[in-house]
Amino acid sequence: MKKTLASISLATAGLLTLGMQAQAATLEDVQSAGELRCGVSTGLPGFSQPDSDGTWRGIDVDTCRAVAAAVLGNADAVEFVPLTAAERFTALQSGEIDMLSRNTTWTTVRDASLGLNFTGTNYYDGQGFLVKSELGVDSATQLDGASVCIQAGTTTELNLADYFRANGMEYEAIVFDTSEQSVSGFDNNRCDILTSDTSQLAALRTQLSDPSSAVVLPEIISKEPLGPVVRQGDDEWFNVVKWVLFLQINAEEYGVSMDNVDDMLSSDNPNVQRIVGTAGDMGDLLNLPADFGYQVISQVGNYGEMFERNVGPDTPIGLSRGVNALWTDGGILYAPPVR
Amino acid sequence: MAVHQPLPDLPPPPSERGLWGWFRQNLFSTWYNSIASLVVGYLLIIWLGPVINWALISAVWTGEGTDDCRPGAACWIFIQQRLGFFLYGFYPAELRWRPNIVFVLFLITVVPQFFPRAPGRKWLALFGITGLPVLGFVLINGGFFGLDPVATSRWGGLMLTLILAYVGIIAALPIGVVLALGRRSEMPVIRGICVTFIEFWRAVPLITILFMASVMLPLFLPQGVSFDKLLRALIGITLFQSAYMAEVVRGGLQAIPKGQYEAAQALGFGYWRSMRLIILPQALKIVIPGIANTVISLFKDTTLVLIIGLFDLLGAVRSTLSDPAWRSVAAEGYLFVALCFWIFCFGMSRYSHNLEKKLDTGHKT
Repeated sequence: MKKTLASISLATAGLLTLGMQAQAATLEDVQSAGELRCGVSTGLPGFSQPDSDGTWRGIDVDTCRAVAAAVLGNADAVEFVPLTAAERFTALQSGEIDMLSRNTTWTTVRDASLGLNFTGTNYYDGQGFLVKSELGVDSATQLDGASVCIQAGTTTELNLADYFRANGMEYEAIVFDTSEQSVSGFDNNRCDILTSDTSQLAALRTQLSDPSSAVVLPEIISKEPLGPVVRQGDDEWFNVVKWVLFLQINAEEYGVSMDNVDDMLSSDNPNVQRIVGTAGDMGDLLNLPADFGYQVISQVGNYGEMFERNVGPDTPIGLSRGVNALWTDGGILYAPPVR
Repeated sequence: MAVHQPLPDLPPPPSERGLWGWFRQNLFSTWYNSIASLVVGYLLIIWLGPVINWALISAVWTGEGTDDCRPGAACWIFIQQRLGFFLYGFYPAELRWRPNIVFVLFLITVVPQFFPRAPGRKWLALFGITGLPVLGFVLINGGFFGLDPVATSRWGGLMLTLILAYVGIIAALPIGVVLALGRRSEMPVIRGICVTFIEFWRAVPLITILFMASVMLPLFLPQGVSFDKLLRALIGITLFQSAYMAEVVRGGLQAIPKGQYEAAQALGFGYWRSMRLIILPQALKIVIPGIANTVISLFKDTTLVLIIGLFDLLGAVRSTLSDPAWRSVAAEGYLFVALCFWIFCFGMSRYSHNLEKKLDTGHKT
């Protein structure tokens, strides 16, 4: 009876989580909890969305899983906390989550004033346009006087206003509440163009009744570097989250992938050895297990694999690498060396 | 002896009988009713036809994925394939027997309430408001008796909707009764507290309360102290609805004639006994429609938790609507949600009707 009482009170305390945690040691907290609490979007195709089994899938989700693989040796030891755009920073500041990986744009204001640190960029996004092909438009500079379907309350709205003003053009905004609504508005000819992040345009296009009736314009009118975020003032944890992503990018550069990572354990290339942890003491320096690189690559894969699996050309999202290609392939993905 | 034997009644004339008679009486009694009936009938036929065709006749019921769906026909494969997610959210598939048990227990306690002659009905009701929530928490949350704990962030779908509504209802009703009594109390302090509480919660929209609970509250708590998000939402919903419930119950209390209070006093009853035995049973009976109204609106209000990132039934459906693996399935998804809500709300409405009839003691004039 006493035991039951004790376990009831323990469970209640667990539900309230009133136990004080030292804010400065997120890494130890995650290790002792045996689980990483990661904030993700409530549903954004290719970035974080539940699949038919209720398993989270997406590039942001894989970013969380990579950190869990590095810290805990198990990519599935993640508790995903779905967050709305308004809640995301509070959840991180209040300690409800250990890291945020929720297609969050890295901006000066957010970095400097919210007590947060952006650890890197896992997807370089930008705002683009989807246009009815019957208009015969092939550049965004020909859009003077167009009506535009947008979602309310997003930076998309502000970027659009900036772009049209800068180019001396007029437009009529038709504002919708959700992206499904704006797509159906576009489909029913309520507007000539639909604007959104380019990572979403291809997916939105597939939702049209006739996807070939619309084309994506080449112009990108804003910079949206999306990346994981941690609390400020915990440099140890900041380093961990930052270097897990850098390691995945380096792994792609040196050709270490999920398929060949076991063979790579016996590689002679010192760069590869440092990535998989057979040489150097990177794990030690980051307070992680020595084989953390091996765990990340074998369980989640390198950056390229993460990209192809979630948003690549073979997925319904169908994005090409574009600027998200490695610097050696003409993109801007350039991670500091693992050494 | 000749007994006067009246002839049997003649049947009503054919124009008043059967289907035709019903039509004549209800739809074509006057010339303007006839016109209205014809217009509405025409609209129904041209609207309902395509809808039924879309949703049932030409709809796609079996298949593998979006490629089996046809344009212009409902694609129920989507609902079929996502049903587990819509019902349980992220709850681990191998542990879903636990919420299932709770749901079966819920049915065992609730269904007999519709049948006045069901044995042990009162005991089941008592179990429903005391044992069931505790047992449900133990089973669904786990962490006791060797059951694997399942974090509340993994609860979702219809299960979460029912949990929010059930806890909200059984917590808001007693709090509401106490608040209503407090508001009519003759003790100024108690009355003041109750009036302030009711007026505060009634004056704020539920969205604001949920938003405050999820976004503002964590900022006021000390660093590292966090409240479970579901618990915060539950407290918010309960406080909000108990304020409404209090006003409904107060309406009933005011409808009781003063003589009833005086009669109770004359019998030598104290405050609590007269309330419990004389006033409340009558007052609550009067306000059954009002209570049912509040309960149904609470059930539907639970969908607002999607703005704080909880995956209730509507949230779970919405999050999958933008899945690029499917062509537009929004209509099917929302229709499914509407159907689920209709079933539960209609059930509650029927139950309250039942209760009204059963408790009717003919005091109406």
